[in-house]
Amino acid sequence: MSALLEIEDLVVDLPVAAGTLHAVRGISLSIARGETLCLVGESGCGKSLTSLAVMGLLPKAARRRATRMTLGGEDILDATPDRLSDIRGQRMAMIFQEPMTSLNPAWSIGNQLEEALLRHRRVRRAEARDRAVFLLEKVGISAAASRLGQYPHQLSGGLRQRVMIAMALMCGPELIIADEPTTALDVTIQAQILRLLIDLQREFSMGLLFITHDLGVVSRIADRVAVMYAGEIVETGPAADVLSRPNHPYTQGLLDCIPRPGTVARGARLGTIPGVVPNLAGRIEGCAFLDRCPSRRPHLCRQPVELRGLGDGRAYRCILPPADAAPPAPEPAFA
Amino acid sequence: MLPFVLRRLGLAVVVALLVSTTTFLLLRLAADPAQALAGEGATVADIENIRRMYGFDQPLPAQYWAWATRAMTGDFGDSIYLKSPVLELIGDRAPVTITLALCSIILAMAVSIPLGVVAALRPNTFLDRFALGTAVVGQAMPSFFFALLLILVFGVHLEWLPISGSDSWLHFVMPSIVLGYYAMPALMRLTRGGMLEVLGSDYIRTARAKGLRPPVVLFKHALRNAVVSVVAVAAVQLGFMLGGSVVVESIFSLNGLGRLAYQSIQRADFDTIQAIILMIAGVYVLLTFLADVLNAWLDPRIRVS
Repeated sequence: MSALLEIEDLVVDLPVAAGTLHAVRGISLSIARGETLCLVGESGCGKSLTSLAVMGLLPKAARRRATRMTLGGEDILDATPDRLSDIRGQRMAMIFQEPMTSLNPAWSIGNQLEEALLRHRRVRRAEARDRAVFLLEKVGISAAASRLGQYPHQLSGGLRQRVMIAMALMCGPELIIADEPTTALDVTIQAQILRLLIDLQREFSMGLLFITHDLGVVSRIADRVAVMYAGEIVETGPAADVLSRPNHPYTQGLLDCIPRPGTVARGARLGTIPGVVPNLAGRIEGCAFLDRCPSRRPHLCRQPVELRGLGDGRAYRCILPPADAAPPAPEPAFA
Repeated sequence: MLPFVLRRLGLAVVVALLVSTTTFLLLRLAADPAQALAGEGATVADIENIRRMYGFDQPLPAQYWAWATRAMTGDFGDSIYLKSPVLELIGDRAPVTITLALCSIILAMAVSIPLGVVAALRPNTFLDRFALGTAVVGQAMPSFFFALLLILVFGVHLEWLPISGSDSWLHFVMPSIVLGYYAMPALMRLTRGGMLEVLGSDYIRTARAKGLRPPVVLFKHALRNAVVSVVAVAAVQLGFMLGGSVVVESIFSLNGLGRLAYQSIQRADFDTIQAIILMIAGVYVLLTFLADVLNAWLDPRIRVS
């Protein structure tokens, strides 16, 4: 099967006052056409930087390397800036977290939508306009034609995010990257936007890389999920499996933090993960989750822990046996 | 739009009233034209006569009322020194000052905006430091000194440019450079600061995510948002220049409004000073209005609210 997006061993370093921040520490992932992969993790785990690295939109100071990064078979790691800008917006598009500030206040909605198509296709402005109206309707904006002349400040956050989605679709991209697109919105709007994204993704069978910290969202939309912690993927697999039978203590910890009726007794405390994220400025020896792990075995976890494949599409980065393996296996045994 | 214009018009009337009364009072507190007109060796009686002739013996409110009612009809009086109507004097001198001011501000913007953009694109590099250094020198060096340097190099040694008068466009080259250089630092630093802020914004990232080419991102998406404050300051600077630059006009012997104002103050030529100052105030009001209109065009958020 040819994957749409393939990333192998991606590393992103950010220079900071104290030295170098190893924000993304060797992650590999792939997305097939028409597939939704959710990248989950808490703030600062490197999930946004991963998405920006794919788009080639990292901050200037950031350093990116990988052994491989391809989109539909085309190398996007060493592509020239010119070629990359041809690909951006055309074959892959991005939706950002902040709809309030992601549109240019000085230009009308129509202008900003049209330019996305005019940049990549030899079409007349009228055609671009038609496409803009078509997509605005598609994302559920009423009176689409009359919206073209409006400016971002005249629209609500939810509408702006719909415009951003329409803008991402202008060239019919194969891959959509959505970086917490619903985080800044009201809860009711969140659900609508989520629904919309999933419908559109199915309709146009695009690959979707959805970045979120919300496991509730993952359960609703993801085909597969990749859980990130401290710049690494600690667990990945089909979403349903990972959410129902997590193998990594961090995934389990995240799931315990979700309030669900029936599972938490009235008045009882919600789960939390004790401790703090490790400092990414230095080297991390062994398991990054060690200090916060409820079932750590220090003498084993001090060595680098490899991502262990289980053969059913799942993999996790822990020395513990998989959750569904009945008896706890005697120590090491896995390589 | 109409209420906006009306509000600005009302503001202009208030400004005119305040400026004219203040000037009127200050002038009469500071000088006595009768004394100056009568010259040395005049008797007390002579001075009294002149005072009565020009109405300077009347109480101040009466004098102001007389001036204001005439001014309303467009009669700003005569210069007591040059013996010709003040408006005619201003009309004669204005073209020189307007030419100089427009050349200077265009030159200043043409140099400082690109320089500010480049500095913002390459912050803390040699180019940025060079631009900043130029700005600091521009702010620190007195105009008269810079003017003399130019005259020495391009006028005296190289003999490329005329050093005084206003007969041809060549005469305006050096004065415009001096006056423009004075206006540059503020515009450059505003452009740099504005661009740095805008280039780090989310919508620039969106523009790049769409695959737009760098020049489009820079000029269409960034610059338009960054120059809003530059336009406002440039308008004020132009207003300042239209009032005439005493130093530059004097050094290059340009017969503009700055020189007229300076000479009139020396001669206690009340009506001339009064008219020039009122005119400067009017120009300021007009230019800030135009700057607001331009900004509303650049930034649609201002348009609606």
